[in-house]
Amino acid sequence: MLEIKGLHARIADGREILKGVDLDVKAGEVHAIMGPNGSGKSTLAGVLTGKPGYTVTQGRVLYQGSDLLTLAPDERARAGVFLAFQYPVEIPGVNNMYFLRAALNATRKQRGEAELDAGQFLKAVRAKLKLLDIGEDLLQRGVNVGFSGGEKKRNEIFQMAMLEPKLAILDETDSGLDIDALQTVAKGINALRGPDRAVLLITHYQRLLDHVVPDRVHVLSGGRIAKSGGKELALELEKSGYAAFGDAA
Amino acid sequence: MSSDTSSDVSKLGALREGYKFGFVTEIDSDSAPPGLNDDTVRYISAKKREPQWLLDWRLEAFHHWQKMENPHWAKLRVAPIDYQAATYYSAPKRANAPKSLDEVDPEILQTYEKLGIPLHERAALAGVAVDAVFDSVSVATTFKKTLGDLGIIFCSFGEAVREHPELVRKYLGSVVPQGDNFFAALNSAVFSDGSFVYVPKGLRCPMELSTYFRINAAKTGQFERTLIIADQGSYVSYLEGCTAPQRDENQLHAAVVELIALEDAQIKYSTVQNWYPGDAEGKGGIYNFVTKRGACKGARSKISWTQVETGSAITWKYPSCILEGDDSVGEFYSVAITNNFQQADTGTKMIHIGKNTRSTIISKGISAGKGQNTYRGLVRMQPKAQNARNYTQCDSLLIGDKCGAHTVPYIETRNPTARVEHEATTSKISDDQLFYCQSRGLSMEDSLSLIVNGFCKAVLKELPMEFAVEAQKLLAVSLEGSVG
Repeated sequence: MLEIKGLHARIADGREILKGVDLDVKAGEVHAIMGPNGSGKSTLAGVLTGKPGYTVTQGRVLYQGSDLLTLAPDERARAGVFLAFQYPVEIPGVNNMYFLRAALNATRKQRGEAELDAGQFLKAVRAKLKLLDIGEDLLQRGVNVGFSGGEKKRNEIFQMAMLEPKLAILDETDSGLDIDALQTVAKGINALRGPDRAVLLITHYQRLLDHVVPDRVHVLSGGRIAKSGGKELALELEKSGYAAFGDAA
Repeated sequence: MSSDTSSDVSKLGALREGYKFGFVTEIDSDSAPPGLNDDTVRYISAKKREPQWLLDWRLEAFHHWQKMENPHWAKLRVAPIDYQAATYYSAPKRANAPKSLDEVDPEILQTYEKLGIPLHERAALAGVAVDAVFDSVSVATTFKKTLGDLGIIFCSFGEAVREHPELVRKYLGSVVPQGDNFFAALNSAVFSDGSFVYVPKGLRCPMELSTYFRINAAKTGQFERTLIIADQGSYVSYLEGCTAPQRDENQLHAAVVELIALEDAQIKYSTVQNWYPGDAEGKGGIYNFVTKRGACKGARSKISWTQVETGSAITWKYPSCILEGDDSVGEFYSVAITNNFQQADTGTKMIHIGKNTRSTIISKGISAGKGQNTYRGLVRMQPKAQNARNYTQCDSLLIGDKCGAHTVPYIETRNPTARVEHEATTSKISDDQLFYCQSRGLSMEDSLSLIVNGFCKAVLKELPMEFAVEAQKLLAVSLEGSVG
């Protein structure tokens, strides 16, 4: 599904943040990427989804066998790559429901599927809301405008559920959430799991992994994958902290 | 006096893409000789077989204009205009006005076809009566009979002068006097045609009245005159849309619109302006110098202006309300976009004269490319405007770092009980917003259009439905190529 080889990337001021990341995520798997602040977790998410401001200097990324990095951000999205934002962006005056329908229809068009009319869309929306236990009031508000932190994260998961991506990348979606919101996030991820999908969970803490059991856990430190292991690695980190990995830089 | 526009067609060669309506219709024109003097004014008046009083009125305006100067206070860079080089009258060459659509020059109908104007049965289906103005003469008026049966007058200005001289004489210039400003004086002297609406007492006009203006013949300044009178307790909604073919030299458009709302009457006036804005290098484009003003003469009357200004090289326009009647209401909702080298200096004037008068101003300015966008608004509370209120909100949105947004509010209060509120914001479309939309699968253009439409929502929702859809498309087209 996703194959990252020797990935190096710089940020706008020229500093190199990723210093040779290798990662192989197969279809059907959930991988957790953990690491201290400033280790390059968000940079990795940004580079994979095409966020402006990063320059890839070395390495390559294959998504479903073809080069991901040459695609524009919207092309990546329509090809099935989804990013749940750490800080979801407000778009005043744009109705949440309208936004989601535009996004969904753009993706469906790409796949050669018919666009959903308002009725079909509403039906699909209601099913997902129920699944995730989210209130309908969220739909009629401006995209993320005046949302609480928890509502913003729930909205990200709701979008993910509607868009049904092949590769979902969640950038610290669990940070700052109360237990109810955390469970919504977990429910959304678990509902998405399937033999032809993959999830990359970027997180600082272990607690989300109590609800979403990962197939693999990686520690990103100093711009490299410093250690990989099974789900038990997350528990080990919880006990010993990241200090053991030092700063690989 | 006919000029052959076919040579212009060959001169233009392959029409540049980008401006969809940049085509020139080949028809023989009946034009006044270039230049402007008393004889030009007489020529126009004679052509239109006008009564003596109107000729005198025009000449009076012309003599005012001769003593006036081009205004310089707006934040605009305007190349000098040679008023003696322009042609002040151009009419499709046909001896008699057509009686029905079948008599209309097929070339003209095709032009409208390309513009997507619902003139034929489409007009009936859409429930829109179109008084289509081609250059200077109205070529077709639909739904006239339906409206006529109700007592509503909707016709060309010229026809109104002939058929309803008492109404025209009473109200012409009553809101915008001949000597009001340079461009209004010019219009008053040489206006060629336009639209006239009268809605009788207590009647609610059952359909949106719509006029499309179109500048066609080369070097023809277009001077439209619109007069709308809503008698006591009546209601009318009027739509004005504009497109113009592509030209290399700048064309002047100086219209005057006068609205009169008597006691308990309401007028809603909506504009989508899409004149040719000039090319990406700032060459060509329409100069749009328009005077629009409404008088709420009667108690509890209301006038609403809604405008979406996406076109023109230069826009100079301040649709205003004079709130004379007690408890009268004025509203101004505006979206103005400037891209490439476009300049807009637009806003409104709310003059509160009566007691308990209220006004609302919502202005959304969008600047992209090297566009310069200025909101200029005056709110004046006269001494007798007890408890008058105004609320103004001016928001500017910048796309890129070479454009400009300016807000120039003038507030004059001569009554201690009046309240004026002014809010202004300036924001930039952030990379984060664009990336967020793109990361959900929307293209860069769609993302931009979505964000801009969201920004303009408070204004767009004031437009009648069919206009709102057109306006949203125009916003997207106007901003093409402004990012990425």
